[in-house]
Amino acid sequence: MKLEGKVALVTGASRGIGREVALELAREGANVAVNYAGSEAKAAAVAEEIRSLGREAVVIQADVSDADSVEGMVKQTIEAFGRLDILVNNAGITKDNLLMRMKESDWDEVININLKGVFLCTKAVTRQMMKQRSGRIINMSSIVGVSGNAGQANYVAAKSGVIGLTKTTAKELASRGITVNAVAPGFITTDMTDKLNEETKNEMLKQIPLARLGEPIDIARTVVFLASEDSRYMTGQTLHVDGGMVM
Amino acid sequence: MAEVLERVTKIIVDRLGVDENQVTLEASFKDDLGADSLDVVELVMELEDEFDMEISDDDAEKIATVGDAVNYINGKM
Repeated sequence: MKLEGKVALVTGASRGIGREVALELAREGANVAVNYAGSEAKAAAVAEEIRSLGREAVVIQADVSDADSVEGMVKQTIEAFGRLDILVNNAGITKDNLLMRMKESDWDEVININLKGVFLCTKAVTRQMMKQRSGRIINMSSIVGVSGNAGQANYVAAKSGVIGLTKTTAKELASRGITVNAVAPGFITTDMTDKLNEETKNEMLKQIPLARLGEPIDIARTVVFLASEDSRYMTGQTLHVDGGMVM
Repeated sequence: MAEVLERVTKIIVDRLGVDENQVTLEASFKDDLGADSLDVVELVMELEDEFDMEISDDDAEKIATVGDAVNYINGKM
């Protein structure tokens, strides 16, 4: 096991990629704080599964776009486990539409959760990680944050922003033993991609050299790598886990 | 006052690796004691723990010298 004794906080961990990340961190030995926004029952089920693996878990409701809520979440995590080694900024939403039809509120909501949320959570854990002189911050970007994608101006802007934020945070915190990296998933089977229609899915498949969709576990294993000693000489990077979609 | 200065001095010496006699009330963290911006942030965090108080970001930005820190802490105690 690569993460024995480590403590991880995963935002948006009740479903999809976040859920699998939380479980895989636990399989590698970490105790996990499972954050959720609305899906309480699902978050509780993730925590139960973590406990069945012999690890500890706490479930914390918090809105990542709200500073007070985020500070409370980090405080609760540290109170529960006494330290904090790994932050996975995973929480995210989509509000897709063509730019011409996108409402200002759709823009604001996606930027607030997907980008501002990363800023707030990172800021909130920095104090503890600086004290520990070690820490791993892993930000969920997206391959469309690199390539752009019609119909997702808000989401793409946020996910591109996450890449820039990752690089800057990496530079600011490197001297304190904290690494910051991003993962850019491609087309992964989750609730978020299930919403897409068949035509869009088939179009996307054509662009994937490995000719299949990814699974949440593909992303979770990459996160474990970035959270472990195996990646100790990497910081500020964005790993594309996308079946070769964008090279 | 003297006691606060003593405790602040100890933290600065530990954190920045400077000589105790360099830590005067007039000494600037950045210009005289070789601290970078992140060092100052960390010093403020340690002062918060040492004196069990919260120093807001706005207040923290105004702390440039050892005297500023000591005065701030005395004002809050």
